[in-house]
Amino acid sequence: METITKIVTRFGGVSLLPVAVALLAFVLIGAPSSWVTLTIAGLAMGMMIFLMASGLSLVFGLMDVMNFGHSAFISFGAFIAASVLAGLSGWLGSDLIILNIAALFLAFAAAILFGMAAGWFFEAVIIKPVYKDHLRQILITMGALIVAEQMILALWGGAPMTVHRPQFLEGSFLIGDITIEVYRAFAFMLGLAVYVALYLTLNRTRIGLLIRAGVENREMVEALGFRIDRLFVGVFMLGSALAAMGGAIWAGYETLITPALGGEMMIVVFIVVIIGGLGSIEGTLLGAIMVGLMANYVGYLAPKLALTSNMILMMVILLWRPNGLKPAVK
Amino acid sequence: MSILSLKAMKTDIGQYAVLHDVTLEVPQGGVFVLLGRNGAGKTTTLRSIMGLWKPSAGSVIFRGQDISEMHTAEIARLGISFVPEDMGIFGGLTVEENLILATAKGQFDNARLARIYELFPALETFWTKQAWSLSGGQKQMLSVARAIIEPRELILVDEPTKGLAPAIIDAMADAFREIAQTTTILLVEQNFEFAKSLGRDMAVIDDGRIAHSGSMADFAADKPLQDRLLSLSA
Repeated sequence: METITKIVTRFGGVSLLPVAVALLAFVLIGAPSSWVTLTIAGLAMGMMIFLMASGLSLVFGLMDVMNFGHSAFISFGAFIAASVLAGLSGWLGSDLIILNIAALFLAFAAAILFGMAAGWFFEAVIIKPVYKDHLRQILITMGALIVAEQMILALWGGAPMTVHRPQFLEGSFLIGDITIEVYRAFAFMLGLAVYVALYLTLNRTRIGLLIRAGVENREMVEALGFRIDRLFVGVFMLGSALAAMGGAIWAGYETLITPALGGEMMIVVFIVVIIGGLGSIEGTLLGAIMVGLMANYVGYLAPKLALTSNMILMMVILLWRPNGLKPAVK
Repeated sequence: MSILSLKAMKTDIGQYAVLHDVTLEVPQGGVFVLLGRNGAGKTTTLRSIMGLWKPSAGSVIFRGQDISEMHTAEIARLGISFVPEDMGIFGGLTVEENLILATAKGQFDNARLARIYELFPALETFWTKQAWSLSGGQKQMLSVARAIIEPRELILVDEPTKGLAPAIIDAMADAFREIAQTTTILLVEQNFEFAKSLGRDMAVIDDGRIAHSGSMADFAADKPLQDRLLSLSA
């Protein structure tokens, strides 16, 4: 394992792993246009997963809370955004791009606001009584997830729901013989913008400094005069809002969603958080991009292995780096 | 005049009673040393004062105010800082970030920073390095520097010499002497020579109770008493 670490470090460290995976895939795929299409699809998928996973990673790292109910925010975000978009279908089909954007903005805003409010409620009612007790956290948050899924069934029914996309995000554009879906490019750019905002918040602001310190040693942050329990609530609300936003974007990507969406995404989200390293936004991004790229490349090269590729990726990375690629705490 | 009074303080950790009856007066100014064998209750005493473990009975009086029910953050804001046994530094943060986090307004007082550079020149050298990359002695310097980056009334220091090289211990002793000119230090220590060189007053805790208290000079001169209370090597 030390030899692998030395080789990886010599070639630029773990941040370049996605590049290495992409180069290997280029050799195996052969056709450059297919490779570019798959790479862009993988990056877009990675960014959407990053949005869903980043909040969980912060909650895990800072609060030491194993929140299996995180995917409930993803599901609710998806269904709320889909409902708003359905209600504004007239705006979505309009030739006026401003109406398209307004509909999309309102859908995302509704999902984010719900995520924040539900996150506040979830932390106060479900999480607070079980701090420092992992077993009860797992049981109660899984229970909350089941309740949330049943609520979605009751509110939206069990039939798959079609998600309408704004007109300006439909279709694809061509660069040479490379096809790029507009929605994927949009998802990638949005994910990147959120990552940059999170990165700057965590690394250039006092509140970010407190969060990073709290991930490492909560007790010491309190001994320096800060009420970390209040910070917990803020981070939980942020994490829930990010998950709801991720769910909203994912809904537009899939265009057909079911109440099981959150539960299905949860496995991927946990894999990303574990691969990336708990509490690390950079690690979560790295893990999400690795998972997105692997899913697309393996789906093309060996479709029968597509479902297991991420599990194999996680196993290999954990054998190599048990704390993940970029853990927040060294 | 006492800056800190512990009155019949009891602390339980889980189902175990660790402190049974700690009554102590820490005078203002200088270094007050709390001595005791492993497991006697020294660290628990400091953590109980800081509110990290809540006393189950008794009271902690700081400057005339009962702080035993207060939140740790509120206790810290009263002017008490804590240097824990494990140093409690944030390894993923730089030296600068570790220190700026401990400032009240996110800005350094240049005069205090200059004083810290004088006390611990290594911190200026490694200013932009992540704290995990520092040596054990440098981490301890950072932990102490963090405790004095803002004006404090009382500093609780838990075994600062543990695992440090003799040269670093000497430097640390010099630093504590200077800090004690303006701030009261409650020092928990097992290294008796180090404690003796710094302490003006002292107490010995044993099995969760104060077994002796008085002046360090008297205690240092009474070898049989030391042997009886500490079972320490000279």
